[in-house]
Amino acid sequence: MKKVLAKCYLWLLLALLYAPLFFIAVFSFTESRVLGNWTGFSTKLYSNLFTGGMNGGASLISAVENTLLIALISAAFSTLLGTVAAIGIHNLKGRKRQTMQFLNNIPMINPDIITGVSLFLLFVFLGVSQGYLTVILAHITFCTPYVVLSVLPKLSQMNPNIYEAALDLGATPAQALRKVLIPELRPGMVSGFILAFTMSLDDFAVTFFTRGTIGLDTLSTYIYTDARKGGLTPELRPLMTLIFLIVLILLVVINIRQEKANKTVKSR
Amino acid sequence: MVIFVVLPLILIVMYAFQDGTGHFTLSNITRFFTDSDSLSTFALSIEVAIENTLICILLGYPAAWILANRELNRSAVTVMLFIMPMWINALMRTLATAELFNVLGFTLGKGTLLFGMVYDYLPFMIYPIYNTLLKMDKSYAEAAEDLGAPPMKVFWKVTVPLSMPGVMSGVLMVFMPTVSTFAISEFLTNNKIKLFGTIIQENINSSMWNYGAALAFIMLIIIGITSLMGGSDNSEAEGGLV
Amino acid sequence: MAKDYIIDIQHLSKSFGGVKVLDDINFYVRRGEFVTLLGPSGCGKTTLLRQIAGFIAPDEGKILLDGKDISGIPPYQRPLNTVFQRYALFPHLDVYDNIAFGLKLQKLPAKEIEARVKKMLKMVSMTDYEDRSVESLSGGQQQRVAIARALVNYPKVLLLDEPLAALDLKMRKDMQLELKEIHRKMGITFIYVTHDQEEALTLSDTIVVLNEGRIQQIGTPTDIYNEPVNCFVADFIGESNILKGRMIRDRRVAFIKQEFDCVDEGFGENVPVDVVVRPEDIYFTTDPAKCQFKAKVNSCTFKGVHYEMWVDTESGYELMIQDYDPYPVGTEVMLYIDPDDIQVMHKERTRNVFDAKVTDSGHVEMLGQSWDCEVPDGFAAGDEAVAEVRFEDVELLDHQEDGKIAGEVHFLLYKGDHYHLTILTEDGDHIWVDTNDIWDKGDLVGVDIPAKGIKLIRRND
Repeated sequence: MKKVLAKCYLWLLLALLYAPLFFIAVFSFTESRVLGNWTGFSTKLYSNLFTGGMNGGASLISAVENTLLIALISAAFSTLLGTVAAIGIHNLKGRKRQTMQFLNNIPMINPDIITGVSLFLLFVFLGVSQGYLTVILAHITFCTPYVVLSVLPKLSQMNPNIYEAALDLGATPAQALRKVLIPELRPGMVSGFILAFTMSLDDFAVTFFTRGTIGLDTLSTYIYTDARKGGLTPELRPLMTLIFLIVLILLVVINIRQEKANKTVKSR
Repeated sequence: MVIFVVLPLILIVMYAFQDGTGHFTLSNITRFFTDSDSLSTFALSIEVAIENTLICILLGYPAAWILANRELNRSAVTVMLFIMPMWINALMRTLATAELFNVLGFTLGKGTLLFGMVYDYLPFMIYPIYNTLLKMDKSYAEAAEDLGAPPMKVFWKVTVPLSMPGVMSGVLMVFMPTVSTFAISEFLTNNKIKLFGTIIQENINSSMWNYGAALAFIMLIIIGITSLMGGSDNSEAEGGLV
Repeated sequence: MAKDYIIDIQHLSKSFGGVKVLDDINFYVRRGEFVTLLGPSGCGKTTLLRQIAGFIAPDEGKILLDGKDISGIPPYQRPLNTVFQRYALFPHLDVYDNIAFGLKLQKLPAKEIEARVKKMLKMVSMTDYEDRSVESLSGGQQQRVAIARALVNYPKVLLLDEPLAALDLKMRKDMQLELKEIHRKMGITFIYVTHDQEEALTLSDTIVVLNEGRIQQIGTPTDIYNEPVNCFVADFIGESNILKGRMIRDRRVAFIKQEFDCVDEGFGENVPVDVVVRPEDIYFTTDPAKCQFKAKVNSCTFKGVHYEMWVDTESGYELMIQDYDPYPVGTEVMLYIDPDDIQVMHKERTRNVFDAKVTDSGHVEMLGQSWDCEVPDGFAAGDEAVAEVRFEDVELLDHQEDGKIAGEVHFLLYKGDHYHLTILTEDGDHIWVDTNDIWDKGDLVGVDIPAKGIKLIRRND
């Protein structure tokens, strides 16, 4: 009985959570320009999306491209920077370490809008003209802490003697870093990269404040401007559906892999 | 790190206390406290954020508890389904909700705003609570039972207090973004209701940087106070996402 | 002479954050020797080993390897290898690659690497495990791989940092034998760190006993067991009865209110000493002629091979005795001790001595506090002095805040009729206390010294 109630509650919540997404998904298969108006099954919106055959379609495609490119570049740099920073923080002691960890947490606790406004002011202050570069710099700023946080636990889980063992066996510090430390940290770096990548994809506020006036659009800012204009581009519906599916598939794959990994650990 | 983390925050403070020509002034701050529009927006933002956070706790805690309970839920897929919305662009989800409301014929207003926000942020509440509950040593509950506590007592006297860190980080992850959001409120109310974030954005966008910075500064203080109250250790919950 | 020493450590000191971890360490290791650094946790033994390995630079002193100072050489250029406490195997490499790691860095030909790795695998009986992931190995197997990984480089000295600490008892015993066998076969010098006295006694040619950063005693296992030089060594190694005594003259010592013949000489006459008698060296007798003192059994516990009994002597002391035959509780027994089995040691100290400064006619300042004190005539305010406090005059209180000084029970010895405690104060000072109350190591205590317990003496006289 208790179990049934619990299940009902969970599924009710899930139904609520997913209703809008399903709603969009359903209406991505019709041609109507107005949502909620079913004009028969069609995949025209999908083909429009891929061929760019729509009003302002090119800008939607380029927004998607921008989003991916910015996310990729900033995730890559964040991973590099974050790993180095994590190793640095790990080797600090006491007060210094706490201070650095606190600094690292600031961009994460800060709401996007504060990060956005503060970076906007920074770029104004420094006189940097805003565009691609500033958006990427801004994204690196708020993504790096997430990488640091994914790598730090790996560092503290790591047997502290491993690095020393490598030196002991004749590896120079550089060799020890390359042959032992990096391979050990790789899982943390990968999850940091993924986290940074999704953070960057998701971001709206920071991009909004740091993109300047050159008309640079990411998916988020595109949706925002589009929605403010009043008319939602219908092609966004198939795009959302696709993104939804991709995320779903990715998460399922990750989940299955994790479960397998867990099982092999347990079976030992 | 210092350039991109500390300096920008200092700049906010700097701009907040300057007038358009770069002279020190308190007028930006006093302007805020004398302007009834700003003040009421501010109050409304806090109110919405608090309401949203409370609803999220009320809905999210039982869900997290069920998810973390091995007898009631064994499937990792259900957990994943709850976490997944966190991975989808918030604007997109909000937009979808707003459209759904439109189609269903609800008037966009405070009700829809709250509902939409709960919808947006519920996963951020469930996940950290779920995590702490899952990591919690079962022997505490067993010890309480062993000492004669009936199940309800065990829940209120042991499980809930021990899961407070999770609730706190959930609060941080829900309250802070709701206080500061601007796009979401615009979508969900068709720009009828302005929240604090929206005025910051409008001021910055119309080149009123100093006043915008002053507003941001005030928000920064709110955030500072909340995170101090909640303990700044929400890092763990987020770090374990992947 | 010196060329026989493969490692020679001279005046080595090291501090961390103002705390002296190692204080003027001097010892040498002969080629091929199995030397153990033995001491409780925090005694500095691991720091010492890490300095030899090169992970920490000494503040002062030299480490000579084959007569050459290696203090400035980084660890990767030292011909020494380490077996780490928790193995520190590289989890991303399999068994073979772990062992081959050092050889590959030396860029040896693949053939030679393979031959040497295989030989090592055979030596540690892990021949079929080449391709296994190290994480799938048991603790004992990981240990073997760690040893092979270090030995495959043919180091001049193998350093082992508590290598068996993570294994269970039975496995540890087996590995001890294997280590000894490997040492014999390879002929490499071993420096072994452990806190387990039994392990040290079993394995070593020479034991270096360390405590609080200083060497307490260096000797063979039998030397250290039979002739401990101080209470710490006697207590740390094996079970012992440590008793307050007085050297009457050469070969005659008094303890438990009675005189005994002994074999020690050169202490002087009527000198306070500490006496150690191992519990297996107190014998039961039924012959009144042999009996030296009488006692009553107050507890008797079976320990597997022997029985452990506590007896109360007629003179009011409590002694531990180990014997193959049990005596029921309450039995009156006659006991004797062979002169050979009485080990007499110099007392490290007979009272507390603190630096003090007179503040007025009724107060002194010492240990960072102001104390009531009966200041004798001839002292003026501002005079520097030495304050002596007898062990039994220090009072210990249950709550730290009740005492003048807060401290922690750092070390304790049972001396037959009372406990001798070392209290470490919050400021890092040591206070020694004799008490009849029972305390445990680590207990937090308040310390008070009554006015009449403080005896002021002029400095330098």
